Amino acid sequence: MDITDFFDTFFEEAEELLADMEQHLLELDVEDPDSEQLNAIFRAAHSIKGGAGTFGFTALQKTTHIFENLLDHARKGELALRADLVDTFLEAKDIMHDQLNAYRSEEEPDQEVFERICQTLQQIAIEEIGKGLEAAEGAPIANATSSSSSSDTKTASAKEVPVEEASGTDAPSAASGDMLKVTLINVDEKDRTLLVEELEQLGDVQSHSGDEAHYEVILQGNISADDIEAVMCFIIEPEQVEVTAIEGEVPAPNAPAKAPEKAQPQEKAPEKAAEPAAKAEKKPEKKAEKPKTKKAAAESSSIRVSVDKVDQIINLVGELIITQSMLDQTVSDLEDPNSSLQNGMSLLQRNARDLQESVMSIRMIPMEFVFSRFPRVVRDTAGKLGKDIELVTEGKSTELDKSLVERITDPLTHLVRNSLDHGIEMPDEREAVGKPRTGKLTLSARHQGGNILIEVKDDGAGMDRERLLAKARENDLNVSDTMSDEDVWQLIFAPGFSTAKEVTDVSGRGVGMDVVKRNIQGMGGRVEIQSKKGEGTNTRIVLPLTLAILDGMSIKVGAETFILPLSAVLESLQPAKGDMYAMAGDDVVLKVRDEYLPVIAIHEVLDVENAITDPTKSIAVIVQGEGRRYAMLVDELIGQQQVVVKNLEDNYRKVPGISAATILGDGSVSLILDITGLHRLSRAKKESGKPVSQQNPMYFKEAEPS
Amino acid sequence: MSQANNDAVLAAAEADNREFLVFSLGDEEYAIDILKVQEIRGYENVTRIANAPDFIKGVTNLRGVIVPIVDLRIKFHLDSVEYGGQTVVIVVNVADRIVGIVVDGVSDVMTLTPDQIKPAPEFGVTLSSDFLSGLGSLEDRMLVLVDIDKLLTSEEMALVDSTSNR
Repeated sequence: MDITDFFDTFFEEAEELLADMEQHLLELDVEDPDSEQLNAIFRAAHSIKGGAGTFGFTALQKTTHIFENLLDHARKGELALRADLVDTFLEAKDIMHDQLNAYRSEEEPDQEVFERICQTLQQIAIEEIGKGLEAAEGAPIANATSSSSSSDTKTASAKEVPVEEASGTDAPSAASGDMLKVTLINVDEKDRTLLVEELEQLGDVQSHSGDEAHYEVILQGNISADDIEAVMCFIIEPEQVEVTAIEGEVPAPNAPAKAPEKAQPQEKAPEKAAEPAAKAEKKPEKKAEKPKTKKAAAESSSIRVSVDKVDQIINLVGELIITQSMLDQTVSDLEDPNSSLQNGMSLLQRNARDLQESVMSIRMIPMEFVFSRFPRVVRDTAGKLGKDIELVTEGKSTELDKSLVERITDPLTHLVRNSLDHGIEMPDEREAVGKPRTGKLTLSARHQGGNILIEVKDDGAGMDRERLLAKARENDLNVSDTMSDEDVWQLIFAPGFSTAKEVTDVSGRGVGMDVVKRNIQGMGGRVEIQSKKGEGTNTRIVLPLTLAILDGMSIKVGAETFILPLSAVLESLQPAKGDMYAMAGDDVVLKVRDEYLPVIAIHEVLDVENAITDPTKSIAVIVQGEGRRYAMLVDELIGQQQVVVKNLEDNYRKVPGISAATILGDGSVSLILDITGLHRLSRAKKESGKPVSQQNPMYFKEAEPS
Repeated sequence: MSQANNDAVLAAAEADNREFLVFSLGDEEYAIDILKVQEIRGYENVTRIANAPDFIKGVTNLRGVIVPIVDLRIKFHLDSVEYGGQTVVIVVNVADRIVGIVVDGVSDVMTLTPDQIKPAPEFGVTLSSDFLSGLGSLEDRMLVLVDIDKLLTSEEMALVDSTSNR
């Protein structure tokens, strides 16, 4: 097996560890740091260092090494934390993340940045603790000799865990020349010789003796158990080595029996990244020590699976459902149905649905994955702008399809930054209008109907209707004073639109909001804005729960069946002749209560033959898409059903007026109508007389080759 | 020695041989590289796509995958286009896509040696010689060797979003 096979595992783990680290750093109370949090940060750094060392990612390993040493001082209370130190730590974390990404794309990380951060961290060590850390330029498995306390603590901690954990401070033993006993279990002679040689490099080997099953090496020197294990791990498995500190000159008689079980859980073997076993072993132990450790159980009970595999299962289950409904239809068509066959069918149906639901839930992940990055974004942005911001997140556990979670992060970040920059005022301004100096930004997620609603809410100045309108006129946008507030707020999504008085680092270039809207629409969602001058702005993103399944309404036009997204359907009615009004050209409007809605006949737009052409004999479905409402004329409503959305672009291309396809119970393909697209298509058809060539010039370029 | 040499020459020659799936469109015989062919199935259950060129018959369900169906007979302007029991869809794999092409019938699989493949002359406008990899001469038969990759990904087939549209 090639070591590169483990790379991916390491990258993913390291990424999670870095995210963990960031979270803890952000939560850290600098006045009164929680020792458990400091320990968690330390552990994360340590694990990354170990993995990086194993895989030969030198820059990352050295950076984490220095960082880890610094953290070690911090958790022992020798380094007083300050906000600016935490900032530096966060920066270090970012750099480690960059390094990780560089290694992932098989590049060397930026050397300059690496050296700079190492120096910065060293500087902190010198200034704050009064002593330098071991230089990074040392051997890959560098030893923290100058901070002897660090190495001692780790060995000592094997025996003094409770004390250290409880107090957060640990008496650094001043000893230089600690005795360590390294026990090798089941190591053959060749490796033993090698290992002893390795150990001689580290310290003074006093004696070595024993047989293959149990071989003891007594070592003297300033070496931590970690370093020994780090060296050993290249030759033997972590289970094969035990390191114990020896008190006094002579090994205590009971040490061999007692020490191993204590030392074992404390092993922080560097190859842990590739050794889940070692991790699993450590976590429960930690939990036992301190019940405050929350995540341990959750982590060990999950597995990592590639999204492709999950998608494949989802596809297959979709197929199964289709096959099942085909069978169902066949059975119900039987003249003399056998009752046990029918029972079997209904059981199959239930099981298939359950299966589908559980498979779909695999793809669902909590919004926490998105929200967790915002404390950092808010902190950094607020710092840059000189504002005081409190971030509140609600509904972290709301689940959303993974593909949506990935795509919502960028738009959401943009909205948050926008709120921070334009929405919330400077502290002095806030005070002047009688608001608390600290602005409040609320991020929330919750289910609403078949959708998920994500809100970005601030208690800032709100949007200024007049200024938006003035700005819109400057940009030659078509606006009028009588526009509804909602329409005015939507102006900020126009390309190139920015009301910021000056362009800042954070936002105000006018690119972005249109991208935000496009992205969200691309996910099948929409953005709404509510704003009140002086009180704040609430940006609401409404998204479908998943992209893979759609609640649809099947309709019939001529002999063809189409699916309408149920979320777009408002109502349906049979139009009376008196309610239809012809307008200039071929346009027809339908009066529904007090509203006149444009009418679009599907059979015209999609050229369906043998459809009902008399509007009063067809059915008008009132649909709404992107704020536009119209009446769609169809022949017949068939019913509601959940359909598995299949992409048309995989093997074909985008089709105007059609958003995707699905497979019906009889195995035939049905097209899912794109509400907004149909409206555009209808306009284009009417304008040009020749179908859609205006709208998509490429599309019909060679429609009639000759 | 000479035996081994012979074998090597034979093997080399065989390596240059290519296998083609021969199909008919009207009275003409066409052939495509067999390695592009995924499967052959009957013509059924095709859902029309509105506002698409007429040779794109629509899409069909191929075991859960939505596959567009192109009728080459319409594309090549054949006189009679009928759908019957003999009408066959050749499912091909080109440019990471699956496309079905409707033909009048599939006859056989042929192995052609390099010297049986003649360069295609400049053709008329219906089928540009860009889309041909040559003409296969086989005793009294002539096969039009279609470069199905180029044909189906070409702009005029309107099967693929052109890059500018993405």
